Formats: sequence, structure tokens, C-alpha cells
Amino acid sequence: MQSTARDFKDNAHAALVDPNLQDSLAKLKVGFSERRRQAAERLPEFEALRDRARDIKNHALANLDFYLEEFERKVTALGGHVHWAPSAEDARRIIGELCRSMGARTVAKSKSMVAEEIALNEHLEALGIAPIETDLGEYIIQLRHEPPSHIIAPAVHLTKDQVADTFLEHHRKLGFTRRLTERNDLVAEARYVLRQKFLDADVGLTGANFLVAETGSSMLVTNEGNADLSNTLPRMHIVLASIEKVIPTLEDAAVLLRVLARSATGQESSAYTTLNTGPRRPGDLDGPEHYHVVILDNGRSAVLGTEMQDMLRCIRCGACMNHCPVYGAIGGHAYGWVYPGPIGAVLTPQLIGVEEAGNLPNASTFCGRCESVCPVRIPLPSLMRHWREREFERHLTPRAVRQGLALWSFLARRPRLYRRLTGLANRMLALFGRAQGRYRTLPLAGGWTRFRDFPAPPPGGTFHAQWRGRRS
Amino acid sequence: MTCLVDLFRPAIGFAAVKLLEEAGCTVEVPPLQVCCGQPAYNSGDRATTRAIAAQVIDAFEGYDAVVAPSGSCGGMLSHHYPGLFDDPVQKARAENLASRSYELMSFLVDVLGVTKVAAQYDGRVTYHDSCSGLRELGVKQQPRRLLASVGGLKLSEMESPEVCCGFGGTFCVKYPEISNAMVGEKSADIAATGADTLLAGDLGCLMNMAGKLQREGSAVRVRHVAEVLAGMGDQAAIGEPEGKR
Repeated sequence: MQSTARDFKDNAHAALVDPNLQDSLAKLKVGFSERRRQAAERLPEFEALRDRARDIKNHALANLDFYLEEFERKVTALGGHVHWAPSAEDARRIIGELCRSMGARTVAKSKSMVAEEIALNEHLEALGIAPIETDLGEYIIQLRHEPPSHIIAPAVHLTKDQVADTFLEHHRKLGFTRRLTERNDLVAEARYVLRQKFLDADVGLTGANFLVAETGSSMLVTNEGNADLSNTLPRMHIVLASIEKVIPTLEDAAVLLRVLARSATGQESSAYTTLNTGPRRPGDLDGPEHYHVVILDNGRSAVLGTEMQDMLRCIRCGACMNHCPVYGAIGGHAYGWVYPGPIGAVLTPQLIGVEEAGNLPNASTFCGRCESVCPVRIPLPSLMRHWREREFERHLTPRAVRQGLALWSFLARRPRLYRRLTGLANRMLALFGRAQGRYRTLPLAGGWTRFRDFPAPPPGGTFHAQWRGRRS
Repeated sequence: MTCLVDLFRPAIGFAAVKLLEEAGCTVEVPPLQVCCGQPAYNSGDRATTRAIAAQVIDAFEGYDAVVAPSGSCGGMLSHHYPGLFDDPVQKARAENLASRSYELMSFLVDVLGVTKVAAQYDGRVTYHDSCSGLRELGVKQQPRRLLASVGGLKLSEMESPEVCCGFGGTFCVKYPEISNAMVGEKSADIAATGADTLLAGDLGCLMNMAGKLQREGSAVRVRHVAEVLAGMGDQAAIGEPEGKR
């Protein structure tokens, strides 16, 4: 997917003036966070489970080579194949070749953020293979040629009316000529249209929430059951996952599943939890004949052993974006690439470069709400700050910011001079602001006064000046 | 003393001193303190942050407790300083300062055991939980407990008192449109309570919210919680001219 992260400020502006988006975001902000809060409250051991989830992922990351190779051994023993993809391009090539080997015309895809990351759909289309998104949200945005705006709710930026218009436009040729107004009717129509596509697909492609090293299983949760149709009906099943998805055991998966759904949607568990363990065995009633797992690195292994490693604990629940007031104001598309919100702000600079995505880790107040809800306790504000440090070291911080900072730090390190200048500033601001008590405009403070008044200090001098006066 | 309080609202400093003295503390304000270094820290300038932190550590050497009327400055000292230093001697000094550093409300209630104040404030107030104080330092019930003892004061909670107001230090001028959207939601939440006064524990957030409320023509008065607790709630509110209550 082509990044527009560089245009973050323009994207944010467009988002803020889009009434449909603002309508959708207003609902998202209360819904997800309230459901997560209730789910966490209902489970007394939730905080302890978060600690365990963090520890499990840390252990897996500390021994990643071991568990990945163990996973490969198990998959191979089951009759499946593991493919290692160092880059996005490698992953696209491998999947393209697998699809061609089946003579595939269509691929039924269950929702996969890694597939978005490697821009798989565009690649398949270029090969003359039609990717069919089977997750309802993904299906909607595929019809609209939009990227997802949320990692678990890809069409959350749209209103019901927009979906109704999209379906009417695209389903008319299939004989559906009535514009629907009820949610259930929209779902039923999509279900009807998709069902035949599942039956026709030559290849099913899914992501994975976890790769279990102990059993060689890939584990996937959905609420729609679309993954189960994608991986049982077609003759070939391809699992696409990134390296940090591997965990040691099924026991570990049970812990992670308990925090995942609660953090994501407030559900105790997702409607469907599916384990795929190799291809169809003799005597199995269903399942794919061919089973392949493509494991993507794409820059992740470079994070191992660095101060940024914690980002790889992410289990993609979306809680950080559901609770982020910046995401809540501008939605996911403004971030400009695949992963939005706080986790996007730390992941995107790693995956596509901090030169391109430098705005993202800066566009945070460090309010810390993301970290406070993260099921694997990723210190997201600290990681964003690390990115700012790297930008500063590499002189990528905007010049105005650097100059302002240099002047301020020069003063801050000279307390006596600083005191004289703040005393002067205090008196000036108090004097000219005395009548109103505040300023509607102020030189050099346009970023502030464009939307807010600026309070003037009351007369009498700075605290330090007054304090000296009182105590002497 | 935080830079913003020093420059824009000295009354908060005097209110803090009053509350501390009433609780039996001897209060000094070291003259050579400047900023805690947050602007540099959050802009990624670690070297400057370290230099400023070293200066702060020197300035507060020898005191039993270092108290700031701010969760974000208090959190900077108590949570972020130790991580700045690799040198073991400096790190140990930073850890020592961190262990003695507090936000005002939590120092009064959690450390000194203050349960009530002798103050009067006739009005309906709503309280915004500033992010650093709330999530780094666990400041939530402490100010509410003390406010409950203020005569005449009625607290009406917002729908989302824990959601960021959009200040975020330099964030509010680097991303003014996003910041504006955030503080706009906050002001709507404040208005919905019907309160005549907004209180919080951090002047940055207060200036942001006061500035937005006043731009919108709201009559809600904005004060630091310490001012009300210290019985200084009759001074002109933030952004109001002298002589007007």
C-alpha cells in the first residue's frame, strides 16, 4: 500500500472536516472502550493475565529463532510447508507462485493485516487472480477501493448509509436492486453474495493471530466464521503471518486469547477460534489438500534486542486505537499506512522508515491511555518518544522545533538569565492583557490562539519574584 | 515550582505553599531551579534533558520531599529522570530524587495523611484528571477527597474526566487542529455537567481548557484545584481580568 504518512497533517485536516467520518468516530469512541472496561471488570484476574501475556510474548521474542524453527519442524512433519519471506516482495512472490501452481482464478481471503502490509491484493490482481475479501468490513472497503481504517474493524470509518449506497452500486448487477436500510439486511445480502465466492475459490488465504510452536498450528479468531470457510473449502490454504506471531504452547495461546477478545471488543472470546494444523489427513472429512505457511520478517528482526523490541509483543487487538483521543479525532486513514493509532505510530516508522512516517510518533499527547489498556503492556508512549529521539539525532525534527528548543534549552541552563527574561515576559503579558485577562491573538503563538484564547498572567510578577519579595 | 505556574499563575504556587505549611511542612523554593526538562525530553533531545535534569537534581539536593503542583512535572522527576542516566553515580542521584518527588495532591493525602481542608467555595465544580497525574502517579481520589471537605462546593463529574484535553505540551501547537478537536470535546463534556467551575491539577491542561472555553464564550471559570483547597478561590480565574470573580 502506498503510504501517505508524510501528509499526516493534511490527512488529519481532511478527517476533521469529514462529517460522515466524525459521525462514525463518535460511536466508536464510547462503544469499544466501555465494553472493554466492563469485560475487564468482570474478570478479577484480568490484570494478572496481562502480566502473563506480556511475559509469554517476551519469552517468545527472546527465543524467537528456536520457536520459529520448532514451528517449521512441526508443520513439515504434518505435511505442510513453511516459506520464509525476508521482505514484503518475497512474500508476494511466494504467494503468487503458490496461487499459480493451483491455476487459481480467485483467492478467498480472510482478514489479514499482514496481507495489507505487503499489498497482496494489488499483486494478485496484477497476476490476473481475483482476491475476494470475506470479512464483512474488508469486503465493504474492497468494493470501495479503500484501505482499512482500523486493525480489527476495517470499515469503522463508514456509516450504515454509506455501506447501503456501496452495496446498491455493486450488487445491482447481481440482481439486488433495493437500497437496504437495516443492518441485518445488509449483512444477509453480503453473506449471500459471498457464499458462492467461497465455493468457487481455488485458494484460501488467512492471517494468524498466533503460530503455536508446540503443535505447528496456526490460530485465528473471527466473529464471522469467514476464516473457517476460507480454510476448509478451497484445495489450498495459505497462512500468512509475521515472525512475532509465534508462541511456545497451546497453554500460552489460552492466556493470550483471554486478554485478546476482552481488549479488542469486550467479548469474553471471539465467536470463532480456529486452529489449523496441517493439510487434510486421510479420513478427514474436509480441509485443504495443500497447506502452506508464509512467515514474513519485513524489518521486524532488526528490532530484536533494541529498546524498540517491546513493539513486537503486539497481538493486534486494537485497544490502543480504541482508547486513543488522537485516533478518536481523526480516524485511521489519516495515519497514512496500514497500521493506525498508537501501535501504528511505533510500527510504521520501523516498517516504512522514519523519514516517511516521522509525524506519527509526534502526533501524541503522551496521555498514556494506550499503555494503560494494552493487553501485553507495551509502553507505547516510551516507544514513540524513542522515535522522536532518533528523529532528533538524525536531524529530522522540523527546523522551527529544533531552533525553538535550542533557544529554550540555552535559557533553561542559565537560571539567572532565564529568571530575568521570564520576569520581563510576565510583566509584558500581564500589562497588555490586563483589561481582558487574556489574549485573542499573540505573536508567535498562532498555533495556540487560532483556536483558543491565551490567558494573561495577573499583575504582580512571577512566582519567584513574588516569593523573593515575601521572604526577604 | 513549575515554569508555567511561575510565569502565568503564581497564585497556584502560593496556594501549594499554604496547603503544605498548614499540613506542618517547612517550605522552601530553591531559587536556581528552572524547568524539569519535559519540552526537550518529549522532543527527543536527550542530551539537553540530561543536562537540565542534572541541574534540577543539584537544586533539590538535601530536601526531604520535592513537591510540584503538577502531575506532569512531578511524574517527570519521579518516573523519567532515572532512565536518563547511564552513569551510575548520576543515576543513583536521579533515583534518590525520584524517591523524594511528589505531585501535590498525592503528597498531601497519601504521604501527609491530610483528610480535609478549611476552605469555602460556593459553586458547582467539575474535575478533569490530567493524564500524567492520573496514569503515571495514580492521582484520582486524592483531590476529590479534599474537595469533599470544602464548604459550599458541589462536585459534578464529567462523562469522561480521564480523557486527555489535547494539551500535550508542544503537541497543542505542533498539531493545533487535532488538539482543538480534542479540547472541543472536552469543553462539551464540561458544559454538559452544568458546573460553573472547572478544576484540575496541571496548569498546562487548565490553560488549554480555559482558552477554549473562553473562545467559545463559556462562563465556566477555570482554576487549579490547589487554589480552591487553599481558600484562594475568590481570585480572578484563569484568563479573567483582575477585579472580576
